[in-house]
Amino acid sequence: MDAKSNKLFRTILITLTALILSSGPALAAATINGAGATFPYPVYGQWAWQYNKETGVKLNYQSIGSGGGIRQIKAKTVDFGASDAPLKAAELDEAGLLQFPMIMGGVVPVINVPGIEDGALKLSGTTLANIFLGKISTWNDAAIAKENPGLALPETAITVVYRADGSGTTWIFTNYLSKVSPTWKDSIGNAKAVKWPAGVGGKGNEGVASYVQRIKGSIGYVEYAYALQNKLNYSLLQNQAGNYVAPTSAAFQAAAANADWANAEGFYLVLTDQPGAESWPITGASFILVHKEQAKAATAKEVLTFFDWCYRNGASTAEKLDYVPMPEAVVSLVEKTWMEQIKSAGKPVWP
Amino acid sequence: MQTKTHINLDPAFRWLTLASGLAVLLLVGSILYTLVMGAMPALKHFGFGFLTSQEWNPAFMEFGALSSVYGTLISTAIGMLIAVPLSLVIALFLVEIAPPAVRRIVGGAIELLAAIPSIIFGMWGLFVFAPFMADYIQPWLASIAPGFPLFQGPPMGIGMLSAGIILALMVLPFITSVTRDVFQMVPAVVKESAYGMGSTTWEVTRKVTIPYGIQGVVGACFLGLGRAIGETMAVTFVIGNRHEISASLFAAGNSIASTLANEFTEASDDLYLAALIELGLVLFGVTLILQWAARWWLRRTARKMGAVR
Repeated sequence: MDAKSNKLFRTILITLTALILSSGPALAAATINGAGATFPYPVYGQWAWQYNKETGVKLNYQSIGSGGGIRQIKAKTVDFGASDAPLKAAELDEAGLLQFPMIMGGVVPVINVPGIEDGALKLSGTTLANIFLGKISTWNDAAIAKENPGLALPETAITVVYRADGSGTTWIFTNYLSKVSPTWKDSIGNAKAVKWPAGVGGKGNEGVASYVQRIKGSIGYVEYAYALQNKLNYSLLQNQAGNYVAPTSAAFQAAAANADWANAEGFYLVLTDQPGAESWPITGASFILVHKEQAKAATAKEVLTFFDWCYRNGASTAEKLDYVPMPEAVVSLVEKTWMEQIKSAGKPVWP
Repeated sequence: MQTKTHINLDPAFRWLTLASGLAVLLLVGSILYTLVMGAMPALKHFGFGFLTSQEWNPAFMEFGALSSVYGTLISTAIGMLIAVPLSLVIALFLVEIAPPAVRRIVGGAIELLAAIPSIIFGMWGLFVFAPFMADYIQPWLASIAPGFPLFQGPPMGIGMLSAGIILALMVLPFITSVTRDVFQMVPAVVKESAYGMGSTTWEVTRKVTIPYGIQGVVGACFLGLGRAIGETMAVTFVIGNRHEISASLFAAGNSIASTLANEFTEASDDLYLAALIELGLVLFGVTLILQWAARWWLRRTARKMGAVR
């Protein structure tokens, strides 16, 4: 081997060694692991990508469902968990977890009724509940007609379409129906999957959307984004103030702004049926779960820095994907709880 | 004096095969153990009633397997009823009647069909096949048999019948290709002697080819049954996912596998999760019982057909 190639070989070897040495620990420290809810996955994915471009920190988020996310964070196999439905304060305390809202969305009733245009149908919460209870079975029922004077309602039978898979969307929707209908509360209840009195079940938002598109006379419920993307006809809903409102980003924001976050223990607050003239009645937040006691302060800081970045810089991305970012006031409340409650070896991790 | 001329590999080979065989048993045993352990809270809470209850209500923590078991059996039965005769006819056509060029093309197409992932069948079923069912097949069935309880209700395109037909399409290539291989192994000399005695193609098929290959055919059906009974994604998309037993095949139903696919990810309560795992255990049991029944039937048929064993 001559001197020149020998030198080249040595340079390559040194570079490689340097690369391995430098990238190894850096990579290990700069990967955040999370698991959970599927509903916010598109926006978390986008945020992670942008954040990685800006800071080099990688986020590995497995959208395996809220149930799996809660299990994994309790077992400490991930740095954070994500859940579509908030956990009760007692369950949080038992596992030593802190919960905070990250992103919001709205659930929208979508319909496929011949002759009724987008946004033309008005429904009150009680009527909506009675439709999903199977008590109102045709579109020209007196209860619907009373709320929609002047609208030509067909005689078509109503087919209810629900989410077959357990989902946060169903949790929010049944939470709303439980609030507005005592019958619903007692006989069906509020859960991620319930015993539906009538109808057929589609898998995922896309399943419900495609069934509604297919079946004449159907009514279903999907995340706002899916109603937009599939160009489904929505109905107006009557909110607590008595106004019929359309599902818009502003209406979801209004619901969040009127909510009493400061007095919600462990941020256990469901944004359904909130006061306010503009509020959309079926709004919900998706939550992040982290341990209050952190073994590694550096990792914990990394995780919180990412979420802080999302709160401050992620709003436009979220809006583009038809999610609703958290209002400023809620963000400062959240970061205050970080400061007070997340600790590593007795010392606060944030800021 | 002893000279070593070769190394005897037989013991090593015997141990290797034995270990592999035991590994299968160990695997099945471990799965069973895990299922029983995972299902324990539900087993204790619901007892035998789990199998006889139609109730499935996660909001009130009441669970029963009956509608899922019913849906699994019915959708599989529909699938097999359609797929088995069709596969036999295709296989016979390929072996006995088709010219070599056609045999190659159709054979290749069938093997291609077998390689399609089940999620594709599900998507196709939901977006293409279900509308077709709703617009043409279901109204037609309802019109030729008015008042027939199996074909009642609105034609939604999804439901038990659609799930069964999709299953049939999925298992068809498996049964066909194995059956074809079996029929091809019937010695030409046997067939030729039958032809020599003046038999028609149909007679040769019925009296020689099918009896000769019956065990292989049943084995092929087994393979199809195994795929159909546990099929998850494709069924989930088109079955309608309703925890209810309906007489009509147009109505939405569910199967064990579809329930698991739908509800496993978001089941955060322990009892809920245990109930789902117990469903898995039930599927394990149903498959086992069907296997035994089929084996018993296989032996009986083989004896009746006079096959030599």
